[in-house]
Amino acid sequence: MSAKEPLTGGRQAPAELLLRDVHVLDPRARIDARHDLLVRGGRIAELGEPGSLEAGADEELIEGHGRLRLLPAFFDPHVHLRTPGQEHKEDLETGTRAAAAGGFGAVIAMPNTDPVLDSAPLLRSLRDAAAREARIPVGFLPAITRGLEGEQLSEMAELRQEGALGFTDDGKPVRSAGMLRKALQYQRLCGGVLALHEEDPTLSRGGSMNEGAVSAALGIAGIPTVAESTMVARDAALAGYEDARVHFQHLSCAASADAVADAKARGWRVSAEVCPHHLLLTDEDVRGMDTSMKMHPPLTTEADRLALIEALRAGTIDCVATDHAPHARDEKEVPFEQAPMGSTGLETAFAALHTSLVLAGVIELALLVERMTAGAALFELPTPSIAPGEPANLTLVDLDATWVAGEHGWESRSENCCFAGRQLRGRVLLTVAAGTLAHRDHTLAMVDA
Amino acid sequence: MKHLISIEDLDRGAIERIVVQAERFAEVSDREIKKVPALRGRMVLNLFYEASTRTRSSFELAAKRLSADVVNFAASGSSVEKGESLKDTVLTLSAHKPDAIVLRTPWAGAAELVSRWCSAAIVNAGDGKREHPTQALLDVYTLRQRLGQIDDASIWIVGDVAHSRVARSNILAFQRMGARVTVAGPPTLIPRGIEELGCEIRYTLDELDSADVVYALRMQRERMSETWVPSTREYAAWYQINARRLTPRQILMHPGPVNRGVELSGEVVDSPQAVITAQVEAGVVVRMAVLYELLAGAREPHPVSAGASGAGNGQLAEAPAVAPAPPPVGAGRLA
Repeated sequence: MSAKEPLTGGRQAPAELLLRDVHVLDPRARIDARHDLLVRGGRIAELGEPGSLEAGADEELIEGHGRLRLLPAFFDPHVHLRTPGQEHKEDLETGTRAAAAGGFGAVIAMPNTDPVLDSAPLLRSLRDAAAREARIPVGFLPAITRGLEGEQLSEMAELRQEGALGFTDDGKPVRSAGMLRKALQYQRLCGGVLALHEEDPTLSRGGSMNEGAVSAALGIAGIPTVAESTMVARDAALAGYEDARVHFQHLSCAASADAVADAKARGWRVSAEVCPHHLLLTDEDVRGMDTSMKMHPPLTTEADRLALIEALRAGTIDCVATDHAPHARDEKEVPFEQAPMGSTGLETAFAALHTSLVLAGVIELALLVERMTAGAALFELPTPSIAPGEPANLTLVDLDATWVAGEHGWESRSENCCFAGRQLRGRVLLTVAAGTLAHRDHTLAMVDA
Repeated sequence: MKHLISIEDLDRGAIERIVVQAERFAEVSDREIKKVPALRGRMVLNLFYEASTRTRSSFELAAKRLSADVVNFAASGSSVEKGESLKDTVLTLSAHKPDAIVLRTPWAGAAELVSRWCSAAIVNAGDGKREHPTQALLDVYTLRQRLGQIDDASIWIVGDVAHSRVARSNILAFQRMGARVTVAGPPTLIPRGIEELGCEIRYTLDELDSADVVYALRMQRERMSETWVPSTREYAAWYQINARRLTPRQILMHPGPVNRGVELSGEVVDSPQAVITAQVEAGVVVRMAVLYELLAGAREPHPVSAGASGAGNGQLAEAPAVAPAPPPVGAGRLA
């Protein structure tokens, strides 16, 4: 039903590039070999044997020396760009710059802005702004309920006509099962995936971190994992009953993954995402009460972390999403319980997962690339693909490059990154999004030399 | 020891050092003139974000007995109510160059944060529901006065453990001193995972007679309206420490203020087993010892007379020309 282009932004001049002797890895296209790749007019013009293609006068030459990896650009179905209303945290330009720096070729922005994105005129103006300001294409999920208040449906059909990719009340659950059911029914009219933040507020109330030994030791009220998993189970059942399409956001625990696996086994149309921080960190990392470690849902236990990795590997969880949630320094520089929830994540997602999962031998690089690009199809968008004729959506990475997260600052306006200060391996050197050059790392020239 | 933020930072030796120092200060409290010049010229800032009469006045008295200057800063009626952040408040007050900041806030971890923002020694006087280390130290002191030593003693902490910073600090401190700790209370108020601190959990008081020490926690009335327990009446029926439950050989402790008729019956409060007023008394001398430890740089136990020597005077300590150790007591005399 969506009448408009689903994504806006990233409309700079088309890229003209020759990537010579790069190791191309596109798991879906079953490419894992050294190639030359020519981008002309923003499209992949040719894919040839290494050393077979020559750069024309208009094309920038980048040497891969057989070592640099060329991947399909990543897709992030869950970011907070904070526009409108909270531009002191992030805006369309800084947020998409951060995304491009992390190798993302497109992102989906959440509606918990100020005002809440819940009306067609606001969506129109936001899409116009993104077309002007965003470095890479941005899709929008307006609110399921007006003002995220859970009382009344937003005008979903009109929002879809205006280009809404789907809907979410992210940041909050749709508390009432009856209200969610109406949204699921209305989906038959207007389409659009319903993305769900799952949390039973009567269970999570007052909590600032995962409930368990660490919260008991710190004297911080805990959020039990059942606050999430019971809602995943409830809403999966509702989706099954209405034969509706739902996507579970930022799963954080083993029980939620089990609930999704159960729903998929029944043939219900559900999908799920997981964040890098839930795959790599646990509530033990909260002991220091660093407010960058405070997020929603909270960091859980090692057993949950391992179960999430397994679910991602098995495909129960379909994709990685960052839940990039910028907050200003003064908002986070407060006692843990007072701090807002969220960590930035766009600039570190690939490197952190590569370092701790791929290099550690937990998952294959090809699987990581697949899961970091799978989000597009879940929202009915074309999956980036490395094939002649396709629009260029590419990420060039140096898997051997070592860097310390945040050492040279951030592209994001905010610095509340849970991986800050960690030594990471794998660096995004170049991102081409929708055919335009969206990011070029400052070390690229040195690699070339 | 630069700060006192958590009992976790103290080993048994450090706790004993503070307790022994407190015992020395207790002598001072019995004298007619209750002051020593150990911290003369030092400034102690009491920064309280929560209402507190006892803890604050106990710290104030402790600082004054050590001849320090004391400034009290309460968050209500101040710049905090105008929206000033904790960080800005601390930076502003730091301009007065306090040597120690005694901090009470409703937020876990706040004392640690503040210690990063300024150079003063930080004394955690309660950070949210996390810790209240000076309470634990004064409780250890009180118990040692009664029992001599508390190794192998069985201590039951009874009541609202979930919302109690006293419980957390005391579980750690009592265990550091060799005691066995059991927490008991309604299941809704015993936090999941607390056993990983090393304590046992009981949901009834059926085995209370095995305890050498019964430490009752304050049951705040607002917990009833939040339905943590069905009613005050039911709570009292199951968890109140009364003459029927308390045996004559047991010691009864409570951090105050007591809700008579809720967590404690009136008769046990007034019984000779209750050491509640001794705990209050201990508060001053233990807090003196803590301030002394942090500001006079005491590294090992020594008598007040030696402790009040040059080391307590900061830079003067390094000046060899300064006269030998000043006398331990007698505020009226020049040090």
